[in-house]
Amino acid sequence: MEQSYPNLIPALPELWLALGALVLLMLGVFRTNHVRRTVNNAAALMLAVAFFLVFAVGPTHQVTFSGLFVSDGFTLFMKALVLLGSGAVLVMSKPYLVDKDIFRFEYPVLVVTATLGMLMMVSANDMLSLYLGLELQSLSLYVLAAFNRDRQRSTEAGLKYFVLGALSSGMLLYGISLIYGFSGTTNFTILAGLYSGGATPSVGVLVGLVFVLAGLAFKISAAPFHMWTPDVYEGAPTPVTAFFAAAPKIAAMALVVRLLMGTFQGLVADWQQLVVFLSIASMVVGAFLALVQTNIKRLMAYSSIGHVGFALVGLAAGTTEGVTSLLVYMAIYLSMTLGAFACILSMRHKEGMCEDISDLAGLAKNQPRMAAALAIFMFSLAGIPLLAGFFGKLLVFLAAISAGLYTLALIGVLASVVGAFYYLRIVKIMYFDEPADAFEAPESRSIGLVMGVTAALNSPLSFFLISPLVAWAGAAAGALVL
Amino acid sequence: MYKAIVFLPLMGFLIAGLFGRAIGTRASQVVTTGSVLLSALLSIVAFFDVALGGNTYSIAVMQWVQSGDLVFDWALKIDTLTVVMLVVVTLVSGLVHVYSIGYMSHDPHNPRFFAYLSLFTFSMLMLVTADNFLQMFFGWEGVGLTSYLLIGFWYKRPAANAAAIKAFIVNRIGDFGFALGLFATFMVFGTVHLDTIFAAVPDVAGSSFLFLGYSFDVMNTICLLLFVGAMGKSAQFGLHTWLPDAMEGPTPVSALIHAATMVTAGVFLVARCSPMFEYAPVALAAVAIVGGVTAIFAATVGLVQNDIKRVIAYSTCSQLGYMFFALGVSAYGAAIFHLFTHAFFKALLFLGAGAVIHAMSDEQDMRKMGGLRKMIPGTYIMMVIGTIALTGFPGTAGFFSKDMVIETAYASTATGSEFAFVMGIFAALMTSFYSWRLMFMTFHGHTRADEAVFRKAHDAPASMMIPLAVLATGALLAGVFFSDLFIGEGRDGFWNGSLFILGDDIIDAAHHVPFVVKLLPFIAMLTGFLLAYQFYIRRPAMPGALAKRFSGLYAFLLNKWYFDELYDFLFVRPAFRIGRFLWKRGDGRIIDGFGPDGISALVLSVARRARALQSGYVYHYAFAMLVGVVLLVTYLLAMSGGA
Repeated sequence: MEQSYPNLIPALPELWLALGALVLLMLGVFRTNHVRRTVNNAAALMLAVAFFLVFAVGPTHQVTFSGLFVSDGFTLFMKALVLLGSGAVLVMSKPYLVDKDIFRFEYPVLVVTATLGMLMMVSANDMLSLYLGLELQSLSLYVLAAFNRDRQRSTEAGLKYFVLGALSSGMLLYGISLIYGFSGTTNFTILAGLYSGGATPSVGVLVGLVFVLAGLAFKISAAPFHMWTPDVYEGAPTPVTAFFAAAPKIAAMALVVRLLMGTFQGLVADWQQLVVFLSIASMVVGAFLALVQTNIKRLMAYSSIGHVGFALVGLAAGTTEGVTSLLVYMAIYLSMTLGAFACILSMRHKEGMCEDISDLAGLAKNQPRMAAALAIFMFSLAGIPLLAGFFGKLLVFLAAISAGLYTLALIGVLASVVGAFYYLRIVKIMYFDEPADAFEAPESRSIGLVMGVTAALNSPLSFFLISPLVAWAGAAAGALVL
Repeated sequence: MYKAIVFLPLMGFLIAGLFGRAIGTRASQVVTTGSVLLSALLSIVAFFDVALGGNTYSIAVMQWVQSGDLVFDWALKIDTLTVVMLVVVTLVSGLVHVYSIGYMSHDPHNPRFFAYLSLFTFSMLMLVTADNFLQMFFGWEGVGLTSYLLIGFWYKRPAANAAAIKAFIVNRIGDFGFALGLFATFMVFGTVHLDTIFAAVPDVAGSSFLFLGYSFDVMNTICLLLFVGAMGKSAQFGLHTWLPDAMEGPTPVSALIHAATMVTAGVFLVARCSPMFEYAPVALAAVAIVGGVTAIFAATVGLVQNDIKRVIAYSTCSQLGYMFFALGVSAYGAAIFHLFTHAFFKALLFLGAGAVIHAMSDEQDMRKMGGLRKMIPGTYIMMVIGTIALTGFPGTAGFFSKDMVIETAYASTATGSEFAFVMGIFAALMTSFYSWRLMFMTFHGHTRADEAVFRKAHDAPASMMIPLAVLATGALLAGVFFSDLFIGEGRDGFWNGSLFILGDDIIDAAHHVPFVVKLLPFIAMLTGFLLAYQFYIRRPAMPGALAKRFSGLYAFLLNKWYFDELYDFLFVRPAFRIGRFLWKRGDGRIIDGFGPDGISALVLSVARRARALQSGYVYHYAFAMLVGVVLLVTYLLAMSGGA
């Protein structure tokens, strides 16, 4: 502790993104929209570099900034996922934004700052750094949701998200203050030490934990804190929706896991039932409400709520195995979601983008390759065996069963049966309905690339990738759960 | 070598079945026919080695099942009974393969046809080489399956599909009996291995078991159940209805499956299980009586049928009856000998009928034939040979085997033997009548055929005539050459213990029956011939007049004793009614109504109501979040308060 300067090495990716975002912003401000294409490409490149920096920092356990910031195998795994999600969305965004005439330099900058916030969330080792990262992310996302500011729906989405997000932040802060007030610290490491020995926590800490959990549940859109999701997903520009569905969920999920499994693992008995409740509520809401949707973005919103529920099944197990399964699930979820949104971003008629499920009718005849890819994603989301989504579900249910949560696993299976209906309905519409108007051929190669790669990852080929992924996730989980 | 006999046809099936389209018609024919012919050649070698050389083998193929008490291997049991069946099966199958090359030359699905034929041959070989009951059951079901596939080979013809389904379902009834017999055997003996069971039979004989408060004799029950299986497969009285309909299949199939091999599986089963049946007198009596009834019943129906193949089908049914009553009086050797000779002349008759049908451009109705002798003399000669062999003309194969069967029935003192003897004599008379009726209607007199069709009629190509010639040779000479071995002085050395007889050898007694009895079948045969001659050559108007005079009896026979109608009334229509009830009420209303449909309707209504919560108002959303937090906190406090 003689060191007067903090060790900057563990935070290298964050520093790189922070500086880069500022440079890009300056570039944009002074050169205006002439450089928007350059800024977009540079932002994508920066995310790629950050991805490598994450690996350069490595999985060793390092704490810096006076215990506010942590870097270990778990953060490595989660940051990699976040950066993949952000990067993929960024390279897919341009055609849509150009189409809607909102391709401005602020977009990539906001994506980068949001990603920076997520990385900080993942690496948070203190309630305050948690809040800092969360707010940096959230503020960027509020603006992104309203990015199509001339459209009522988009601004409405941004505003709704902002108001409700403020409420959730309030709960979060309230919870943090309770925890600080009753335990005297905000540092995760110290908190973990307080309760690891089986000491009975004061009621205040528990209530505080509930509030913090509620704030985070809002971010991962777990029911009953999910209400904003469908409206915002539908109203926001589609690339932003894709972004929402991919990266922030991972980052927020990382926080939940670190908080519950890393920090308050000693209180498993207390929070387990809460997670079970959130999980069941999310699975049920996701499965049932998606049935009656006609807009594919809204459908994906409910789908993401349901999948968060499934992932929480793994967390509810409260074991290393459970965390491993959650991490695997999130990785698979990321690939499914990115692929599905790559398809949604390709849904373009002559008159412009469209997002009704009925527009997909007969896609198999008009664009067989895209239909095949989307069918793979839908089958995978539904958890049909041999596709990646199946293995994700299998692992979380196995974890729940080995933890003795039979009811939860049973409800999960039933919910996935209901959920299978609407995923398969899309496949049926694509393959068996009379063709609707054909879509325009996609212009962007990057969308096709993302679609192809994720489709391959979700196809039965995933069988070969699943065991290395599980091994990696297991190592990440092992780094977190002491 | 024995493995090769069994597995060559399987290889042929796999090649033709999987790659038939790729390698084409000709290659499929060559592969399947070649492999079966090679198998036939090896079978003949095996016949010399086992039947004449006196060797027996048990050849393990692989370990098959190991489940609790149920342990057995997949093995080939090779003894005289097996090699006799091997020769019959592979030889007839090989000839039918060759014949089919010509007969099916216009069919576009040749590879499929030949693949099925080879698969059938393999299944039949599995059946006859079985070392245990389960393996036999495998072959048993395999021949049932291929029989179904081949009857329905022309799947675009509704009649063929109906016949295939009928054959399958009627056989299921028999198979059910067989399966029950198999279970009972395992329950009693604790094994399915044939030799082990046979060795243990004397200890079990006479014991009984309780079922629903009644006491049953163990061996009689088991053997009766097995016999039900044999009845189904061998189309015995009551379960015979599928066999005439099976004639919807291609004629080579009728010759192979429904004359020479598969339908004799029941005879084989009883003969193979002779060590069990010998200790089951009731079952034996049942076998004899059912056999006698079938022999006379099928013969009466055969008298009035007009479809050339159906006449032969009923004849087959009738001849199978002969074999069964021979089994029933413990004359196993005579039964198998009749099976052996019957395979030759019945396959010959079927293939000959196929040649006739081929010549007449697929016409099967004998009323539209006549006078074909001049047009297809080669086929005519073959058919004459088949007919005299079937009717038991002295010196031919049928003479030796059928007369022996009848004589054993006379000589036997077992229950049902007198009945069987009388039935046998009358059936012989009718056999002769309907066989010659077939010949006269088809080949003699003035033609009733279409002018153009008649002119085009010609003898079949060599690929069809050569098998006929081979079979004709067998039909003429098999009796002379083999009667000594099968039923004569050399029979003990020949069978070499593969057939078991408790008590005196009945065949011995049969050789010493009064001369009148030996003469009776011949007289019956001659009477039948003369009657047929009178009816169809000298006074062609007579049959019509008689049919009118005895119209009730005629209709009764023409409609096959109304068996199909009876079964339709008793089983088929009630089954449909039950099925419809369960479908409409049971499945449609109750299961669908409360199950899938009800649940999905419920789910949708829940989803619609839940959607109403998604109002779009921020304060609703915020309220939901607050409620959520309150719920969670309350829950937590309640829990920790409780603790």
